[in-house]
Amino acid sequence: MRIFDPHIHMTSRTTDDYRAMYAAGVRALVEPSFWLGQPRTSPASFHDYFDALLGWEPFRAAQYGIAHHCTLALNPKEANDPRCVPVLDDLPRYLVKDSVVAVGEIGYDSMTPAEDHALAAQLQLAADHGLPALVHTPHRDKLAGLRRTIDVVRESALDPEHVLLDHLNETTVKEAAGSGGWLGFSIYPDTKMDEDRMVAVLKAHGTDKVLVNSAADWGRSDPLKTRKVGDAMLAAGFGEDDVDKVLWRNPVAFYGLSGRLQLDVPPPADLHEGNSILRGGE
Amino acid sequence: MTPAPDQPLPGLDPAARAWLDTALAEADRAAEAAEDTGTPGPAEAVGTAAPTGSGTASDNVAPAPWELRFAAAGRHAGRTHADAVRTLLLQRARAPLATLTRLYRHGTAAERRAVLLALPDRVAGPGALPLVEDALRTNDTSLVAAAVGPYAAAHLDPHAWRHAVLKCLFTGVPLDAVHDLERRAHKDTELARMLADFAAERTAAGRPVPADLTRALNLTGEES
Repeated sequence: MRIFDPHIHMTSRTTDDYRAMYAAGVRALVEPSFWLGQPRTSPASFHDYFDALLGWEPFRAAQYGIAHHCTLALNPKEANDPRCVPVLDDLPRYLVKDSVVAVGEIGYDSMTPAEDHALAAQLQLAADHGLPALVHTPHRDKLAGLRRTIDVVRESALDPEHVLLDHLNETTVKEAAGSGGWLGFSIYPDTKMDEDRMVAVLKAHGTDKVLVNSAADWGRSDPLKTRKVGDAMLAAGFGEDDVDKVLWRNPVAFYGLSGRLQLDVPPPADLHEGNSILRGGE
Repeated sequence: MTPAPDQPLPGLDPAARAWLDTALAEADRAAEAAEDTGTPGPAEAVGTAAPTGSGTASDNVAPAPWELRFAAAGRHAGRTHADAVRTLLLQRARAPLATLTRLYRHGTAAERRAVLLALPDRVAGPGALPLVEDALRTNDTSLVAAAVGPYAAAHLDPHAWRHAVLKCLFTGVPLDAVHDLERRAHKDTELARMLADFAAERTAAGRPVPADLTRALNLTGEES
């Protein structure tokens, strides 16, 4: 089973996770920039984070045979902090980078005017740079947030078919599909979605334009949820081709809209005593 | 510091070749424009090569067209050709230290590597050492390997150079990457001491001594 996790925050994960993901079949992933749990206070903090997503994290992933790409943006939560908003002016010089395959995560958190501005500005940046957009749907007031998101996308210069609407569930999938966008589902241990509910959504909705991710981060989450969905699909009667479509071909097609996916990472060759990330001081 | 000849870069497919031809023409125009005006490039403040810091007013001035090509080389020329394409662009644009510093500071790991590889041909004095030192602080072996080339051999002081050699041994960068190892290691008693101590530490831990360590120790000409 080859797996592409289209949304996972590896900055918050360990090398053990990389190893387990490779063993489970993960060969590629996309790391969206997001909130770090601790609020940032300046654009410089974003710069260091973006640089890590363009440098150190792809290096770590490659040690474990996994192709690493990223999406960059000012996230919805911090779009409300005037100290952080100037990073919008810096995004153009980051969005030209080779491994940036979308603008994201953008979208709504609390649905404020500041979030309206950041979302619209960044949809325009995506259109300007020939990139698709990864749009987070809010955790609170999700359906209203989705509707407002779709409205803003329709008013933007970006083709709705170049938008991935993420963190969907049973209550939002139908309207999200009606927008023409791609459909992302985050599978969590307790919240958002679980494997069995995901299989039920796939049975009802089909596999077209559906992406499944672990969205694993610094919170309670599981980087192997993609594999568990694949196994649950097979147990529920889906074929291997269906699994490959959802877990590999659909994310490749969506992020491939950027023209920047490079998936040819060599397998891990020389795992130094099981840990090739040496510390320069061991 | 004459511009490098147009290297053939065999293996580029026709689309990549056409892309590179356009990129090189843009780099040539930038070099000529800088020569005409006597300025190093767009919005360039001539200064030191401080590798860090951000938020200056000049950070977001529209980049020269060839600089956008420099960023996009991986996806247009392919990853295997990206280093060669990027260093060639730096040569043809005759990128001065201030430009190299900005491109490093704003660059991905791959772009930073290209800047490091271009240093020996682009920078005559020690002004770019802060970039080399920045790269040697990372644990990204592709950056460490690119940092210990001819520029480091020419300009790193003995203490920093010895630590660079040790860093290579620690992170598994083959010492073949260290330019001029033989010359600089010769009769370096302090390097010999550091290598011998490292070997003793590994032996005490029951871990093998890297073959490269023994080789470097032999090059010092000192008894271990």
